[in-house]
Amino acid sequence: MSAGVGVDLENLWIRFGDFVAVRDANVNINGGDFFSFLGPSGCGKTTILRAVSGFLDPSEGKVLIGGNDMRGIGPNKRPTALIFQNLALFPLMKVWENITFSMEINGASSAERRKRADELLDMIALPDQGDKLPNELSGGQRQRVAIARALCAEPDVLLLDEPLSALDLKLRQHMRTELREIQKRVGITFIYITHDQGEALTMSDNIAVMRAGVIDQIADGKTIYNDPATAFAASFVGENNVFRGRIKKIMGNEALLSTNRTGDLVARISSVNQGTMREGDEAMMFVRPEAFAIAPDGAAGDHFVTARVNHEEFEGNVFNIFTEGDGGKEIKVSLPNLGQSFENHTGQNITLEYETRNAVLVPAGELAAE
Amino acid sequence: MNNSFLRISIWVYLAIFFAYLLGPLVIMSITAFNSSGFPRMSPWECLTFQWFGELFQDQRILNGIKNSLIIGAGTVVLSVAMGLAGALMLTQIWPRLRATYYTVIIAPILIPGVVLGISTLVFWDRINRMLGLGADSFLSNGIFLTVIGQSTFIASYCMLVLVARLQRYDMALTEAALDLGATHAQAFRKILLPFMRPAIASAAVLAFLASFENYNTTTFTFGEYPTLTIELAQKVRYGITPAISALAFIIVALTVFFALLNEAKLKRQELVAAARKNATVEELAGKIKLPSFFSGNMAAVLLVVFAVATITVVGTATAYNPGQCIADVKEQKRLEADQRIQELRKQREEQRKKREAEEAEQGDAQSAPKPSNNSGFGNVFAPNSLGDEETSEPETPPASNDGFGGAFDPNALQKDQ
Repeated sequence: MSAGVGVDLENLWIRFGDFVAVRDANVNINGGDFFSFLGPSGCGKTTILRAVSGFLDPSEGKVLIGGNDMRGIGPNKRPTALIFQNLALFPLMKVWENITFSMEINGASSAERRKRADELLDMIALPDQGDKLPNELSGGQRQRVAIARALCAEPDVLLLDEPLSALDLKLRQHMRTELREIQKRVGITFIYITHDQGEALTMSDNIAVMRAGVIDQIADGKTIYNDPATAFAASFVGENNVFRGRIKKIMGNEALLSTNRTGDLVARISSVNQGTMREGDEAMMFVRPEAFAIAPDGAAGDHFVTARVNHEEFEGNVFNIFTEGDGGKEIKVSLPNLGQSFENHTGQNITLEYETRNAVLVPAGELAAE
Repeated sequence: MNNSFLRISIWVYLAIFFAYLLGPLVIMSITAFNSSGFPRMSPWECLTFQWFGELFQDQRILNGIKNSLIIGAGTVVLSVAMGLAGALMLTQIWPRLRATYYTVIIAPILIPGVVLGISTLVFWDRINRMLGLGADSFLSNGIFLTVIGQSTFIASYCMLVLVARLQRYDMALTEAALDLGATHAQAFRKILLPFMRPAIASAAVLAFLASFENYNTTTFTFGEYPTLTIELAQKVRYGITPAISALAFIIVALTVFFALLNEAKLKRQELVAAARKNATVEELAGKIKLPSFFSGNMAAVLLVVFAVATITVVGTATAYNPGQCIADVKEQKRLEADQRIQELRKQREEQRKKREAEEAEQGDAQSAPKPSNNSGFGNVFAPNSLGDEETSEPETPPASNDGFGGAFDPNALQKDQ
């Protein structure tokens, strides 16, 4: 396969009356990429998908597919295929008729359609299920039929609207791997909508983190996890502990944050914000639970935090300690279980230690809801 | 004990309920087979199929049925099309207008049929004149006017049926079809229409029945094409014969037949779906063994019983000749009548003799009270209570004569047959 067909959003605005669903989105999606829009429900990610598939006209800006402006081109003329959140399989058609619906539209003969359906059923590992009706299949099977139906139309871009959200956990994890494999096999661009950061991180080449119609950050999974651009991205993707304060001093790429509760703490300024943050600005520092270690009692300095332990729990692979934290929120510490013995600290003060590269400083902003 | 009493009351209630519901139909059906000239169940005279024969020779009834069928078909097409359009519009319309739109489109159901009939007539007559067409133009044609007039409110019924199904339609299905390259027309034809098919069938049946039985709108619009209901109404004014019962019986039988057929089909679909669900992949790929049509399908069995019974009855009817029985009944009636007349004559003779004898014995003695006495004051003011008058008339027929209707009139027999 060639590099595939890319999708570009240029200054895209979508409004419903006074409500702004998407605010000035600029996204370049490379051909053949697995690209995810990640955000909580209601953040406008589905709206973007509908604009790409052609069910919605942008209020301003452009949607380009393969470099061509899609304005005025209906969903049935675009080189996209959409997999709906509820799959939208045609309930009265058999599986093979569902899969080859796009061929029926093009006037293909029944024999051709059967042949193509059998090929696709083999690909999605559902051989000989073509004569069933959709409601006679299990959730995961229906999922794969929906993918086969979309692929049968030979789209340049496959759009997926939270297709795994209705599945149970085990199946969801299995389908993640399967989707990624299918994408590699067919080599076309996948645009994936999800509110599940696990799905986005495991499958995507690139992720756009969205909040209330605004795209906060576009980067690959590692960057988003390790080097978030905003407080929202830091708190939405993975678990994170937040420390609020004011920047006391900037030292190159590092800064000293003065907090009320835990004194002055040193952190690395996230790469996007380097050079734009000033001394005296309000800022937030994020440290992942697994980035903490227990320091000897009495240790003090700009990378030590002392707090009272509220409770502890043993999760198997990790040992979690929850201590009193900033603004009523607890600090979570996850110590990997390497066979060492764990003392009970409940009710005591402990001192935590982190490495500066694991603490990220971003401008103060809205946090993701729990 | 209390519980069993409750149970019995429920059964009694059900029996009364169904008797009330179905009794008239049963009695009317029975009268269709009685040879009596007036539709009645008792006295039972002879089993006869002659009324069916008469029904099929009545040109006005046949013509009425034909007109009803034509108008019914036209109404079905027009009403279902308008109902579907209305229902689709309801799902597409701006939400704030929806309630108003619904009220407007439902209103014809609430308007009396008479008003719809008159307004249809007046409206199209006006249009006809505006276009300068004559009285024999298409727009003043009875069939056209009746179809239009009936559809004004039957379309609303259809819309209600269709909206109920449409509300369960997932709009994403249409979007999925569009996304896969279908045009709007293709999405409508290949996805929405098949989904709506059961509701369209229900709406069509409903529309046909509503059209078939409609009287009060049709009565203004039928022109030269009287429907069955119009013909029946006109017939009733000149007295009815059991031929109408025969027609009613046929309609009841057809209704039962189609109800059973529908039920049997539904049950069959249910069984097939259950069988498919339990089938393994291999069975589905190959030939799936489906349960036979009659297993576990009560309605299908009843349907066959019903069909067999119908065939038997029709077979009997062609072979059966009630002529002898009717002749017997006629003869018997004549004999009975003769006998009654004889008895009466004898009775009168005896009375006269008795009276003569009494007169001879008592001379001027008082006779029995007069039957014609209708005074509110008893006999006090009756002139004969003074005992000075004798007005007894031997020719006066006894009062009991009234109780037999025309049975004693020899002419009544000829009229009856």
